[in-house]
Amino acid sequence: MIPVLLESLAKIVFMLLIILGLLPPLIWAERKGAAFIQDRTGPNRAQILGVRLAGLIHPIADVFKLLFKEDIRPQRVHRVLYALAPLTVMAVALATFAVIPFGDYIIIGGRQIPLVVADLNVGILYILAIASLGTYGVVLGGWASNNKFTFLGGVRSSAQMISYEISLGLALMGILLIFSSFKLTDIVAGQSALIWGLVPKWGVVVQPLGFVLFLTAVFAETNRNPFDLPEGESEIVAGFHLEYSSMKFALFFMAEYAHMIISAMIVSSLYFGGWNIPWLPRPVLEDKAGFLLPVCIVLVALFCGWASVMYFRRAQRERNKFRDLRDREPGLLGVAFGGAAAIALLCLLLKPWSVGPGGASLFATIVQVLAFVAKVIFFSWFFIWVRWTLPRFRYDQLMALGWKLMLPLSLANLVITAVVIALVS
Amino acid sequence: MPDNKRLPDRAWLKRTNLRESLYLWEIVRGLGITLKHLVRNVLRTSEMPTMQYPDEKRVYGPRFRGRHRLMQREDGSPRCVACMMCSTVCPADCIEIVAAEHPDPKIEKYPASFQIDLLRCVYCGLCEEACPCDAIRMDTGIYEIAADKREKFVVDKDFLLNNDSDGTL
Repeated sequence: MIPVLLESLAKIVFMLLIILGLLPPLIWAERKGAAFIQDRTGPNRAQILGVRLAGLIHPIADVFKLLFKEDIRPQRVHRVLYALAPLTVMAVALATFAVIPFGDYIIIGGRQIPLVVADLNVGILYILAIASLGTYGVVLGGWASNNKFTFLGGVRSSAQMISYEISLGLALMGILLIFSSFKLTDIVAGQSALIWGLVPKWGVVVQPLGFVLFLTAVFAETNRNPFDLPEGESEIVAGFHLEYSSMKFALFFMAEYAHMIISAMIVSSLYFGGWNIPWLPRPVLEDKAGFLLPVCIVLVALFCGWASVMYFRRAQRERNKFRDLRDREPGLLGVAFGGAAAIALLCLLLKPWSVGPGGASLFATIVQVLAFVAKVIFFSWFFIWVRWTLPRFRYDQLMALGWKLMLPLSLANLVITAVVIALVS
Repeated sequence: MPDNKRLPDRAWLKRTNLRESLYLWEIVRGLGITLKHLVRNVLRTSEMPTMQYPDEKRVYGPRFRGRHRLMQREDGSPRCVACMMCSTVCPADCIEIVAAEHPDPKIEKYPASFQIDLLRCVYCGLCEEACPCDAIRMDTGIYEIAADKREKFVVDKDFLLNNDSDGTL
């Protein structure tokens, strides 16, 4: 009993580390990416002893700013619900990850531990149920704030949720039919197969239309542009979080990014093979670990060495650019990358080419977890990328797209998938 | 809108073809455009048009009209003879001079006080041109003028004579 609890605890901590660790870089990517897409420089001024990391210090400064801001509560708000709303949004965002497999399994002490916090038989139903609860936080916040604009934001959010939840569920049904399971671990494991020994049997390959519909609906569910009507700052000021300040606002803000990460996890698990690496299944990874591990180490060392050289050259070139502490930054980064390269090369002394079966298994697990994290990062970035590309939908366009286009298409997708499966089997 | 005459009302709505009304291809194209900007700016950050303002400053030409200064005679007293030409010509009415009799009989008057309200000044340079003895100039090149009180923007004779500060008043 105790080891099982410890296992779950460790997995929960790992998952929380992924999500909370990805939050500041995502916020950074949002600001910096937006700036670069719009030909601006973006945040680059916050510094610790001259180290600015291209603006990565700004999230730290933001956290301190938000912590020390006054927490204003407007008059005549519903006190309980007003405080509960941001908590709901954040708690819901963090509850969804429980059923998402972030790796195949890991062998510790002879025990094979599946890398998923709770392997529910109805994992997808759990995701759908919990994810729709997120809207409650938005609606509650909008209503409890006692403000027209927040109320409008909340109403929009619920209407949007009702419209897109249907397409979301129906698009998912295709995946359920193909892998014939509600269990996320089964679905991800089912995607490790190859079709005709050539194309990986990823959800996006067998369900291209379903993928597009699902992705669109997920954008609506996370209230991200082009479906961020609940915020709609050009129409209803800031929408549902208009009356929130300080850490309550920060919770809403963080929850938006947590929702993005969760959605990226769901999309990559259902449609992009989760922890699967195409053409490199686990047996191959374990078999060739003696070759792949040194190659990975050398690649990391080469990259760090190259970055180090580039930073040292920049330190030479820009020695007197600012005439303050900031001039030391390229040199410090060069030293850091050089140290990383040296550590990677030192790892070669451990003879990674003669790695044992236990080490090979661990290597395969780590590589698969990294593949999953890479996919999650890509889709999180995709959310940001789309936000700075597309304009916001008008409200009637949103409804028309949801009911007149996506609902029939997802129904058609479901019927076609069912017919094809019936004919094939 | 030159197209108005040629096209019937709202005809532009019908010009979207199937590919455009399916959204998807156009979205991919849009993503390509934003990615192009992103990659270009990541690879060539130093070529971005942004100027890192407090670190880098734009260099203005010698004729740029910045904050005013009052010229001094060789003995350090103001060259101004309090003729009121500048305050008369000033379109913003921001110069206030109190004239007094000069101890030297060759010089008729001198400014007992000379105040410029920098918040009212429109930096047109008419005072420079009106001055008969080249006593007021706007060639300091200072354009960052900041203070924490409105009253501080009303600068007096001593300040204008010794104009060696940066923008802070």
